Amino acid sequence: MSQKSRGVFRLTLSYLIILILAVCALYPAVWVLFSSLRPGSSLFAPTFFPENPTLDHFKELFTNPSFQYGTWYLNTLKIATVTMILSTLLTTISMYALSRFRFKGRKNILTLMLILGMFPSFMSMVAVYILLLQLNLLDTHTALILVYSSGSVLGGFIVKGFYDTIPRSLDEAARIDGASHFTIFWRIMLPLSRPMLTYIALTTFTGAWVDFIFARLVLRSKENWTLAVGMWDMVANFQNSNFTMFAAGAVLIAIPIMILFAFLQKFLVQGLTAGASKG
Amino acid sequence: MHRHRNTATVLSVLSMGLGQLYNRQFLKGILLLLVEAAGLLYFLPRLGEAIWGVVTLGDKPLHMEKIGGKMVPVADHSIQLLINGLIVLLIFAIFIWIYISNVRDAYRTGKHRDEGGAPASFKDTMHFTLDKRFPQLLLTLPGISILFLTIMPIIMAILLAFTNYSAPNHIPPAKLVDWVGFQTFNDLLSLKTWSHTFYGVFTWTVIWAIIATVTTYFGGLLVALLIDQKDIKFKGLWRTLFIVPYAIPQLISLLIMRNLFNGQFGPINQYLGYFGLGGLPWLTDPFWAKVTVILVNMWVGIPVSMVLILGVLTAIPKDLYEAADVDGATPFQKLRIITLPFVLFATAPVLIMQFAGNINNFNVIFLLTNGDPVKGDYQYAGATDLLVTWLYKLTLTQSKFNMASAIGIIIFLVVASLSIWSYRRSKSYKEEDMIQ
Repeated sequence: MSQKSRGVFRLTLSYLIILILAVCALYPAVWVLFSSLRPGSSLFAPTFFPENPTLDHFKELFTNPSFQYGTWYLNTLKIATVTMILSTLLTTISMYALSRFRFKGRKNILTLMLILGMFPSFMSMVAVYILLLQLNLLDTHTALILVYSSGSVLGGFIVKGFYDTIPRSLDEAARIDGASHFTIFWRIMLPLSRPMLTYIALTTFTGAWVDFIFARLVLRSKENWTLAVGMWDMVANFQNSNFTMFAAGAVLIAIPIMILFAFLQKFLVQGLTAGASKG
Repeated sequence: MHRHRNTATVLSVLSMGLGQLYNRQFLKGILLLLVEAAGLLYFLPRLGEAIWGVVTLGDKPLHMEKIGGKMVPVADHSIQLLINGLIVLLIFAIFIWIYISNVRDAYRTGKHRDEGGAPASFKDTMHFTLDKRFPQLLLTLPGISILFLTIMPIIMAILLAFTNYSAPNHIPPAKLVDWVGFQTFNDLLSLKTWSHTFYGVFTWTVIWAIIATVTTYFGGLLVALLIDQKDIKFKGLWRTLFIVPYAIPQLISLLIMRNLFNGQFGPINQYLGYFGLGGLPWLTDPFWAKVTVILVNMWVGIPVSMVLILGVLTAIPKDLYEAADVDGATPFQKLRIITLPFVLFATAPVLIMQFAGNINNFNVIFLLTNGDPVKGDYQYAGATDLLVTWLYKLTLTQSKFNMASAIGIIIFLVVASLSIWSYRRSKSYKEEDMIQ
């Protein structure tokens, strides 16, 4: 009996904590959504729910001549998508090689990657800038894609950790059956690592979507800007005078990412090796 | 009988591919000859100038010169000389490496022939590469991109710390930049105006990194364990809700937070007012600004750890728990003996990377407080400035490139020694093959 009541107590407490956390997690998003619907332009709001909600701020984003919101949106989408594909590919193949094979110099490569990841990225900013200048890549989207993709490999240790946990017996069995390395990678490992691929794809996509420091350094002309640069510019120059329009822009940036997350998140936490190595 | 191996080796040293041709590996030999020709074409006009540029950083400041009958301003741009030199030298290193491999290959094949074997055909070589050199093959493309877009810029940045590349006196092309040895570090650590800022910012960076890492990691672990309990309903719903902060682009959410915590008009102080409490100077007081960045960082970081740890939790073999149930283990024992070691094992490198990431956590600080509130006795830094945001300000607004690079090197030395030490101690390094 006491054990049962303890279980009820634990469950109630768990739900209570979960609810509080959920409110904390959602509040800023809801608040900015309501702010974007509020008439006027000030930050201060007398009530939490907007009185007389309006969509004017969203219209203004696309009609106001000083913002090229639509162009920035397409630019960002393009850069983020290509970066996602390239860096998922690079990260997966390199981490797969480093996790599943034992070869000369492997530990050195791992240590070197850890070391490189510890340099503050702004330190090399100047050098990357001059390099892009030499290659005539300044103010292009190619430059951003290249730098983001190559940088993402160093952050791929999660993928290695994942491949480390897949039982070795899987590929040994396949080798005995005569499968080549490529077949094992393509037919066995890739399907198994779908959740990890999703994770990497999502993080690299959002990484490219939000980065504004490097984008600001590289992209000079306004029609090449990404959303991040444009929004940052809006905040830096207009925030106090036009908060509600910033809120509308923020909502439009966040919505596609959140839909993507909602759509793909089941991959993030799916059963992976359950059943794969039994029997 | 060393006839074949000696001849092949000598021929390969003379030119790439000759040894292979001698060994009757014609296709391979011709390919290597082409590499050699391309290399000569590329390096002959460039190598000398590259070395001269890196060593001297140029010797002519801006001056007028007569080109084609007109007076034109001409200058040695020290920084461009340095970066071009570095690129050429890196490519040269790759070339040398290919050359050495070529000689070794010729020797090995020659030895094989001396012992009576037949040289491997091109098809055999391809087959061997695909089978035994598969990991190296996979690593080639990422390796090249990292070499030029990460390693080369870092070398360049390190070198800059040993020059006097800074405003207002040493900005090319108007002025030349020179090598100055450890002068920059000396100034940073012992010149009163710089060292006071440096030690202040450094201390706060360390405190910040420890608190930020611990709060987000264990916060994420707690949340993950909370919703992973067997009898919690609507797991998917909770997970989705908690991922929301992670799904909102950081740039946006941090700028939103900046408004939420606004001391005058922000809703947080408004609500505190409803409870009869006075508003807090969230972003304008040095102490409260520090509290704010840590709180906001928890909001941003916990979902990331949660997703990661939930992923690891599903990878724990179910039979471990079944076995524990048979042995009559309590839920707490299962947590302590199965779940926690497994999670820590799988995430140890990530935890270290997160710590390093927090030392270099630019976004949260820069977008939320911009390093402010300003401290009057600091050199271009504020109360919440981390070393990286200070570095950024020095680079982009003050053009003190050498000082910024020196700070970068110091950040690196701290992070690197700490991380390598703990990484080598962590289980996932020593017992990588534990779970097989």
